[in-house]
Amino acid sequence: MTHTPFSRRIFLQQGATLASLTSTLPWFIQQSAMAMLSPDPRLSSRPGEPEDRILVVVQLGGGNDGLNTVVPYGADAYHRARPALAIGSPSAKDGALPLDDAQGLGLHPRLEGLRDLLDRGCLAVVQGVGYPNPNRSHFASMDIWHTGKPGGRDHGWIGRYIDCSCSGSPAADAEVAIGRSAPLAMMGAKANPVSFENSRLYQWSGKELPGGLTASYDATNRAGLLDGIDPGSQAAFLMRTALDAQLSSDRVRAAIAKAPLVTYPGTKLAGQMQSIGAMIRDGMKTRVYYASISGFDTHGGQAGTHGNLMREVGDALRAFQNDMKAQGNEDRVMTMVFSEFGRRVAQNASGGTDHGTAAPMFLIGTQVQAGVHGTHPSLTNLDDGDLRFTTDFRSVYATLMDRWLSAPGKGCSAKVLGTRYDTLKILRT
Amino acid sequence: MTDFSLEPIRPSDWDAAAARHLLRRAGFGGPPDQVQALAGMKAADAVDLLLDFERTPTAEIPDSTFRKDIRRPPTAEERETYQRARRSQDEAMQQQLQQMRNERDREDREQLREIQQWWLQRMIETGRPMQERMTLFWHGHFATGYRGVEDSYHMFLQNEMLRQHATGNFADIVMRILRDPAMLKYLDNDESRKGRPNENLARELMELFVLGEGNGYSEDDIKEGARALTGYTFNDDTFAFEQNRHDDGPKTIFGSTGNWNGDDFARIILSRKEPSLYLCGKLYRALVNDAPGMPGRIEMRVVDALAKKLRDGQYDLKPVLRTLLLSRHFYDPTNRGCMIKSPVQLVVGSVRELGVPVRNMGAVNAAADLMGQSLFMPPSVKGWEGGQLWINTSTLFVRQNLLVYLMTGAGPDGGGDLGSWDPASIRVALDAATSGDRSRDADALLDLVLACEATPARREQFRSAVEALGGPLEGRRLVRALCLATALPEYQLC
Repeated sequence: MTHTPFSRRIFLQQGATLASLTSTLPWFIQQSAMAMLSPDPRLSSRPGEPEDRILVVVQLGGGNDGLNTVVPYGADAYHRARPALAIGSPSAKDGALPLDDAQGLGLHPRLEGLRDLLDRGCLAVVQGVGYPNPNRSHFASMDIWHTGKPGGRDHGWIGRYIDCSCSGSPAADAEVAIGRSAPLAMMGAKANPVSFENSRLYQWSGKELPGGLTASYDATNRAGLLDGIDPGSQAAFLMRTALDAQLSSDRVRAAIAKAPLVTYPGTKLAGQMQSIGAMIRDGMKTRVYYASISGFDTHGGQAGTHGNLMREVGDALRAFQNDMKAQGNEDRVMTMVFSEFGRRVAQNASGGTDHGTAAPMFLIGTQVQAGVHGTHPSLTNLDDGDLRFTTDFRSVYATLMDRWLSAPGKGCSAKVLGTRYDTLKILRT
Repeated sequence: MTDFSLEPIRPSDWDAAAARHLLRRAGFGGPPDQVQALAGMKAADAVDLLLDFERTPTAEIPDSTFRKDIRRPPTAEERETYQRARRSQDEAMQQQLQQMRNERDREDREQLREIQQWWLQRMIETGRPMQERMTLFWHGHFATGYRGVEDSYHMFLQNEMLRQHATGNFADIVMRILRDPAMLKYLDNDESRKGRPNENLARELMELFVLGEGNGYSEDDIKEGARALTGYTFNDDTFAFEQNRHDDGPKTIFGSTGNWNGDDFARIILSRKEPSLYLCGKLYRALVNDAPGMPGRIEMRVVDALAKKLRDGQYDLKPVLRTLLLSRHFYDPTNRGCMIKSPVQLVVGSVRELGVPVRNMGAVNAAADLMGQSLFMPPSVKGWEGGQLWINTSTLFVRQNLLVYLMTGAGPDGGGDLGSWDPASIRVALDAATSGDRSRDADALLDLVLACEATPARREQFRSAVEALGGPLEGRRLVRALCLATALPEYQLC
């Protein structure tokens, strides 16, 4: 689906009757007829952008234990380093789920959801993902993953991508994050994600006060640009954003209130994925959604905790993919799963693992090259007890930017990342 | 036509609205009686009162008692223990040491939250609003982020330094920032040494702190500046110059060659004309107008004149600030209510102006974070870009809902109580302006709360809203009206 300025123009001329269909439209209704004839920068992307493609990012906070997620059960060194934590082969009791028998790799036994997705050709595993000079601080390493820069000090990679892929200002809901605050990854020079922890909070709380203030609030906040206000002023910007906020809130809350087409588990991550699924079903113009789950910092008593987390992740992602299929959206949605680092190869003295380095990433969707990609880091040639990464995470970002979010040849990953990273052959696009 | 004159405001133009504008821009606003007090003075005296804040005691603000030892360097004994544990591969001991490190990390992050809240409290309570306003300006200018420093006490020390010199001398602040442990760590200068200079600090000194991006320096100037800065590091909480790390060979910066050190480097770039223009442009956007493209072609005349004053005074800030804050240009209608409040301005200003209770500083601090401004955690070394970037559909709701919380206590799960705050001081201010007539009350309330002139359409909407409250505008009805007024899009302007 491509939008040329011309098709947008027609769309705008029909705009008034479509007012309820898009949250950004009323922005224009107030402009003069002349102004309406020029394409509005907030909706215009560069020609050829596959704007209907969506990326969903799922963050596993705390440092997920990669070696017990994608399990190298065939390696003796793995069992030696983790006498209490190692997961056995698929034939063992409570052993790994089959993934790649030739390489001796399996999935954590609680990742049944992902195992199903693999069977359906919807799961790609990228092994040994990391970066040079790994930082073992949660904050610092998370910032590096969010910015894609060695020092972790810049705008976020998704925010910079949105900045770079829009010729004007990004659409108001180009990025949506479910969570208390907006992730750094989505902050750009211009891009600024919509974020809310739950859609109930995405509205004015004064409506709940006794005395019925809603009508008066709506009269002022839905009025848009008032007569006598310079359209280029900050006041005008605020009036338009206030109206956008009301319409976006109506739309998001209505979308999320609808019963989903499939059953989601009752977990926190599943709730976030369900909300994202609802917004996709509603046809929002959002390019990137963000969900996150934490608790992966398993320094002690890891086995039970990690198993529960694996189940939560696998089941939520399976439900989401089922939802996409039921909606007929499965071919245009891709999910990427990452964590700020993996954990050390050897278990520690408290039945847990400490902060480590490289770990696998997952890509999920019908458009992935299903299976295991890249090289598993050596379990014997270690860097002070840690795995040496084999794939730079920015290659995965570059692949998603240049071969998923952008049309072929139109990607700007080199500009966004400051360096050209090779794209990986992990997608069918 | 906009008045571009830097001549003092005419006495006939000095009124409560002008005083409120001054108080909002040079501080964080204040209650109606404070506005009246300033309006009752001569304009020049009002500006002096804000600017010459040394005369105002700070005794009422509690002294900080932050711990300086959370991140102290390890003792020789501790270092010995670490090394022994590592050598012997003693897992249990390594584990224990790791736990101690994790505990210190946790304590330090907790202390950073305390420092954030302490500063917010200070901005709310201070009798020296301009000092805090300028400290916030410098925090954004010499932006230093805790995540790159991971030492809450060093963040606090930098904050105290910027406060102490908030309206002092720019060149002096630059010299101090080159000796500031938090900055030296943040921009990696502690790891910069002869033969392996780290360019981070030299680059940002040119690009962001003193000259401005692209203002006449070359990549070679940065490389040479980085060599000059080698050896500038810190030891525990104080600056240290490590002679053996310093590259004392000749360097050429802006065409002048010598065995420059970091101070020489700063002096060389400060001797140029660009810094005064760059800084005055930034002060202009922070205090006068930050509309897109500002300062534009004509406004540049104002910045030029201010820059000349800054150069003439060898970078003394007060003469520049005094001229600006008293100028006709500053009070021109086009410069009033034309800027978007930062989250900190919104929080601090609302408490100071309306007299609402803070309720829970932790919650207020968290709200500032949600709105995009976590103190000591600027998004990058560029600081907060501000302006329209503060606002999107979700932050606008957070802003409106924060005001509902402050006035009624209503949180994410409801539970608001309209009787939990008595807006008596606002009622008194309305009485001074109206005779209790409800529609005139509505107008007076807008004038009190909004920084910009409400349009006739807005006044009409708000009069209807007040009418619908069905009774005299006092007590709970006044709280409701204030919930509506602070939810107006224009409330975000200052």
